[in-house]
Amino acid sequence: MLALVLLTGLAACGGGAPGAVSDAGIFDPYETQNRKVHAFNRGLDRALVRPAAIGYSSVLPDEIEDSIGHFASNLGEPSVAINSLLQGDLRGAGLSTVRFLTNSTLGIFGLADVAAEFKLPEHDTDFGETLHVWGVGEGAYLELPVLGPSTTRDTTGMVVDLFTNPLSYVIDEPERYYGTGAGVASGLSTRGRFTDTVDSILYESADSYAQARLIYLQNRRFELGADDPGTDIDPFALDTEGF
Amino acid sequence: MLTRRFFVAGTGAALLLPPLPALALTANGASQLVNSLVGDINTVIASGKGENAMFRDFERIFARYSDTSYIAAYAMGVDGRRASNGQKRAFSKAFQGYISRKYGKRFREFIGARLEVNDVREVKNWYEVRTTAFLRGESPFTVTFHVSDRSGQPLFFNMFIEGINLLLTERTEVGALLDRNSGDIDAMISALSRSG
Repeated sequence: MLALVLLTGLAACGGGAPGAVSDAGIFDPYETQNRKVHAFNRGLDRALVRPAAIGYSSVLPDEIEDSIGHFASNLGEPSVAINSLLQGDLRGAGLSTVRFLTNSTLGIFGLADVAAEFKLPEHDTDFGETLHVWGVGEGAYLELPVLGPSTTRDTTGMVVDLFTNPLSYVIDEPERYYGTGAGVASGLSTRGRFTDTVDSILYESADSYAQARLIYLQNRRFELGADDPGTDIDPFALDTEGF
Repeated sequence: MLTRRFFVAGTGAALLLPPLPALALTANGASQLVNSLVGDINTVIASGKGENAMFRDFERIFARYSDTSYIAAYAMGVDGRRASNGQKRAFSKAFQGYISRKYGKRFREFIGARLEVNDVREVKNWYEVRTTAFLRGESPFTVTFHVSDRSGQPLFFNMFIEGINLLLTERTEVGALLDRNSGDIDAMISALSRSG
């Protein structure tokens, strides 16, 4: 819901001034607003998320951390299956369905990724990707409070994905919150495991906002197999005299 | 790049190998370059040297396998046009040290890892070498190198980790350092030689 509130908020305050697209393919008409959110996220990370993540990662044994991560991603499989279907990706839909069934039973409620041992590779997708497959463009870059880098298309996808998971209609409270809790925990676990990488972007680069934006957009385009103007840099089209 | 330090530093893996032959680039040559690069990086990681000694080794590897003048020129972008030759040289030098420190730190995560070449394809006037990186405890991910013989020998001029582009990342960084120093190239160079 947070994301929805946010989108409405942005729609209300953003005039959506037509900004230019840079040669790296960055379209960021909300930069001023985004930078404020980035400063907030960075403060939040420094004060709360980073120490919590490091604590979480160092206190819990790796196996338990992995189990919680598997549990959280297993709960997401039905949503992956539905999005795969919506994208016409039958293989992906089958894969996530079989993974969900295998891991929920043999993997004891998804705590272990047994499917991986049966050579059923992890398959991940979301409604943002579904929109991409349907031909919706990336839209403007957005940095969301707490959740971090996104685009207007991916944010819409996240909001829709709150409803694409059939489990959320089947499971009652309080069990429903186990999934949410595990999701937050596995987020912390990722932050903890990649401390050096995240730190180097957030605290060691000269402009962490610009780096996070570039890295998110390029990685997301790579995941989606979308065109990225940055992949076509011609080595002969530059004067290197003197360097 | 035959500086005194180059000789004094001693047993770096890069030193023990013969110089790269200057031949017209083929798909095979491009993938050999990447294989050999990976081999050298692994040798340094396995050497168990101290951090600073490793950074020096990585700097030599970077100088040996990559088109350093292209990467530096690209990172400086349009601001390169107003730089003097002295500034360009100083920038190239600072930039190489910075890259070695920045990526050298990351290579610690590569201990026990391996990189496998999957395929090579010709793209316009360069070759794209796609590899898979296998790190302990992580899902495998894609690292891609762009290799050209622009300089007369096969060298990589760009690298992508899961789509994240070295040239654009470093141009963004250098641009931000310039902005922070109100466009002063010398101040940017000195900041660069301290960062990474």
